[in-house]
Amino acid sequence: MTVTPLKFYQVGSFAVGNRLLTDEERSEQSNPNRVNALTSGHRACQGCGEALGARYVLDTAMAATDGKIMAVNATGCLEVFSTPYPETSWRIPWLHSLFGNAAAVASGVATALKAQGKTDIRVIAQGGDGGTVDIGFGPLSGMWERNDDVLYVCYDNEAYMNTGVQRSGATPPAARTNTSHASGPEPGAHFNQGKFLPLIAMAHHIPYVATATVADLHDLEAKVKKAMTFRGARYLHILVPCPLGWGSRSDETIMLSRAAVESGFFPVFEAEHGVMTSSKKIRRRIPVEEYLKPQKRYAHLFGANGRPDIVERLQRIADHNIEQYDLVEKGAEE
Amino acid sequence: MRKQIEGSQAIAQSVATCRPGVICAYPISPQTHIVEALDDLVRRGRIEHCEFLNVESEFGAMSVAIGASAAGSRVYTATASQGLLYMVEAVYNASGLGLPIVMTVANRAIGAPINIWNDHTDAMSQRDSGWIQLYAQDNQAAADLHIFAFRLAERVSMPVMVCMDGFVLTHAMEQIDVPEQEQADAFLTPFVPRQKLDVDNPVSIGAMVGPEAFTEVRWLAHHKQLEALAAIPGLAEEFAGVFGRRAAGPNDHLGLVTDYYTEGAETVVVALGATIGTLEDVIDELREAGTSIGVLGITSYRPFPSAVIRERLQHAKRVIVLERAFAVGIGGVVDADIRMSLMGLDIAQNTVVAGLGGRAITRASLRDIIAKSIAGDVEPLTFLDLNEGMIPA
Repeated sequence: MTVTPLKFYQVGSFAVGNRLLTDEERSEQSNPNRVNALTSGHRACQGCGEALGARYVLDTAMAATDGKIMAVNATGCLEVFSTPYPETSWRIPWLHSLFGNAAAVASGVATALKAQGKTDIRVIAQGGDGGTVDIGFGPLSGMWERNDDVLYVCYDNEAYMNTGVQRSGATPPAARTNTSHASGPEPGAHFNQGKFLPLIAMAHHIPYVATATVADLHDLEAKVKKAMTFRGARYLHILVPCPLGWGSRSDETIMLSRAAVESGFFPVFEAEHGVMTSSKKIRRRIPVEEYLKPQKRYAHLFGANGRPDIVERLQRIADHNIEQYDLVEKGAEE
Repeated sequence: MRKQIEGSQAIAQSVATCRPGVICAYPISPQTHIVEALDDLVRRGRIEHCEFLNVESEFGAMSVAIGASAAGSRVYTATASQGLLYMVEAVYNASGLGLPIVMTVANRAIGAPINIWNDHTDAMSQRDSGWIQLYAQDNQAAADLHIFAFRLAERVSMPVMVCMDGFVLTHAMEQIDVPEQEQADAFLTPFVPRQKLDVDNPVSIGAMVGPEAFTEVRWLAHHKQLEALAAIPGLAEEFAGVFGRRAAGPNDHLGLVTDYYTEGAETVVVALGATIGTLEDVIDELREAGTSIGVLGITSYRPFPSAVIRERLQHAKRVIVLERAFAVGIGGVVDADIRMSLMGLDIAQNTVVAGLGGRAITRASLRDIIAKSIAGDVEPLTFLDLNEGMIPA
């Protein structure tokens, strides 16, 4: 009989259900009485960051609103893996309409609830990066501009994974997808293309904007809870690794999420009414290489025919993020 | 109450009596006056418990309508032309989800070339979208058909388009009986959704359906239309009982078609929308001169009342289908449906495409094309008043 060695989770981790914390400080995921908004048995891939993120977000939102949540879903992995007729993994009222209209449909739900005087029921819209930054951007910008009472959550896995890994407006430079091949003099997605939606959300001066990853559960849950304290349009942008699209192992999802943050490549911060109010400080800064290397979508940058020049350009993006979002505690850098 | 009123204002007031919960819209000519008036009515508290949302696009408008309807509210929106095309993906989605949304289409041409004037190309492009389509002949019918549409939509849980000719009706001042609140309340009971988003009884709406059930779902969509076809005559009677007039106009037959001297007529012109008024004037003149002719107007284009149309036309010698749109590369749109309805009958039939992009359909031109049709002196497909001098050789 093999024996699995015990791991001492409490030290230096953000693990679920940290037993050293008081009840109030524990994550909602550690609450044995939590209501699962998204139940197990769905068809997400092993190691899916989006499935994890969606569960964290909706369970927290359920707890924050006494179970009064309705969700609108854009077309995408989350929709497909959770509701293949006649099955559903959702234990909340859930509506899927189209790929590009989740924000507008959610506005409709919120507006109807307002007209019916049921403002205690809160509305969450959710989609992947394609449904959010590209095809669904018009309705999303409209929802923000009108300040409709909707929390929009983008699960950003940085490409169109549901259709088989094509480049989106959120695909990082140099990343290989099936429409940004690792070939030619500029392999992978182009530099200076794409958009970072949280900043565009802030430009709408909506009450609350935040970014998060699935590596830091407490941070993510705290942001969902905080988002639910505001009325009006809110935007939460969560980095969710996709083993299929990123070419990573399914047990690397959390590690990669953390490396994206610790390298400065993905900034984690909050903003209220268009102004940044906090950012998550990097604990142990790592070079972007450590984040990129485990992912096959960046494999063309390394090895014998590697492109250190491109890695250097990606490092400059991380450096710039650290500066722009104030990601390193002052005086912490030696 | 009888009022001298612009068509759009009448629609807004009629919609207001339906007590909608959510109204959403994106402006496009010639729909604008309707939603402008509704915004004002909502702001002034004239529609209780109603929210008006001015959204960022027609795609957004139909999407908001979908969300609001799924959340259990009675929802209204309006559009036209390019706007209808811009929302097409959501139009199909609304019917696929069985949401009883009512939408006015202020019929307008489709570009390029861009053209803001009236024809039926916009609504005809959506004939297969799964929506019920009702066409109004005048502003009284347009106002009344909106109330009728909500009742029908909610009865079968399917969305309804009320099509009214842009400018010709939307911007026309006419004296009409604006529906009274008490009448609307008597005809249109509060909305009880078939299924809705509900935190106490959570359901997942909009699941993915594969080959194992998709055909059956589409069959049900057709069945829903047939259900509407069966329901319309009864609802039309009920409407007449409450309002003291027929929803589709004085010549209404079963709520499905309008009938002007088709009984025993050798020639029958089939048409939709405001052109029917002009046609009736022409038919009056021709009948006085001894021509055996009538007009059959189609109120319910989807579902298509094939049996009723066959019954009204079966003894005619010639049917002229007057179309405000056409299917490029083949010819008439409505024409094909009429032919299918008359299959096996020995009736001559020709299509006249008329009034594209707002070109006036005059009595003189109608008299001329009708005379030529009766004489058999027409191609199967003709374009009314086509100026061949403008067409390069």
